[in-house]
Amino acid sequence: MSEPLSQRAATATPPVLAHRIRGLSDRAIAWIFVAPTIALLLAVNIFPLIWTIRLSLTNYRSNRPNAPVKWVGLENYQKILHDPDIWNTFQVTAHFLIWTLVLQVLLGFGLAYLINKKFRGNDLWTTIIVLPMMLSPAVVGNFWTFLYQPQIGLFNYVIAFFTGADPSSFSMIGDVGLAPWAIVIVDTWMWTPFVMLICLAGLRSIPPSIYEAAECDRASKWRQFWTITLPMVLPFLMLAVLFRGIENFKMFDLVVQLTGGGPGSTTELTSINLKREAFEKWRTGYASAYAVILFVTVFGLASIYVKALNKVKDR
Amino acid sequence: MSEFISGLFRLRRGPWEMLATILIALGVVMLMQPFVLILFTWSFLVTLAGTVMFIIVSHFPE
Repeated sequence: MSEPLSQRAATATPPVLAHRIRGLSDRAIAWIFVAPTIALLLAVNIFPLIWTIRLSLTNYRSNRPNAPVKWVGLENYQKILHDPDIWNTFQVTAHFLIWTLVLQVLLGFGLAYLINKKFRGNDLWTTIIVLPMMLSPAVVGNFWTFLYQPQIGLFNYVIAFFTGADPSSFSMIGDVGLAPWAIVIVDTWMWTPFVMLICLAGLRSIPPSIYEAAECDRASKWRQFWTITLPMVLPFLMLAVLFRGIENFKMFDLVVQLTGGGPGSTTELTSINLKREAFEKWRTGYASAYAVILFVTVFGLASIYVKALNKVKDR
Repeated sequence: MSEFISGLFRLRRGPWEMLATILIALGVVMLMQPFVLILFTWSFLVTLAGTVMFIIVSHFPE
């Protein structure tokens, strides 16, 4: 019979190295293993963060690297937080965030509730429903641009079929009033399956014995839903809301591909506006301050998210 | 309510985390509301205070 793997590894280690390792404490060995990860984390996360904070306190412009850099203190933050245009981009983001969350939670929970029932082809339908989530945002943005075309787009024809309006009489991504809804529809189409999956996990974690007890007590289906299903799925739903909230707060690729922030600035989310400030206007210091504001907001939301996640784990 | 306040005085994690969460949520609402510019102006400070508080109080005892 061959030797166990640990024995073979021990004999394969050169004696000099084995002696040196044996001289190290467990703590030192642990640090040796963790050190490359910490170094990488410092290099790609912590250092850029500190550098961004530093830049946010200056008037640095990356298209003029040789120009003298002036220390401006909190001036960039003051400018951003008093700017009505930036305030407007936060409102555009809020519109996008609120409506996508409302629609995704309602539809996602509804779909999960239906999929949770036993019926023929259940697995096939689940696979079909989760397909949009697996696509790349660039691909989704591209083909929805075609779907929204006033002349040839399928979306306009479907709306025209139900409302009787002329399909070419409206443009979802060219109209100031409709464009914010166009991005909401696409994000909802893409990410409702994600909310559905989380809700489904919540629904499947409810023990059937609770429903059986409720049946014995002659509780109606409506009462069972409000007193058993909803309270037990709520932590999962909260998790989905926080996760989608954080993701949509940072939304960039899908909307850039669909509308590019237009028409005008009606779909200009904060991340798109930030990219314009940094790489079109080249106000690097100002854009860094903007990025720090977004970072603190997302970090705050992520803290709540982790807390909610721990609560779900404790269940 | 009294349990919450006594938890705050005894530096317990639960109520302080709750307070930090409320501050963060308030800051986000202030950042995105369309009504008053002055709330938008102060939103970053409120969120920052909540976030820093959250980091500190997550080390408090349960």
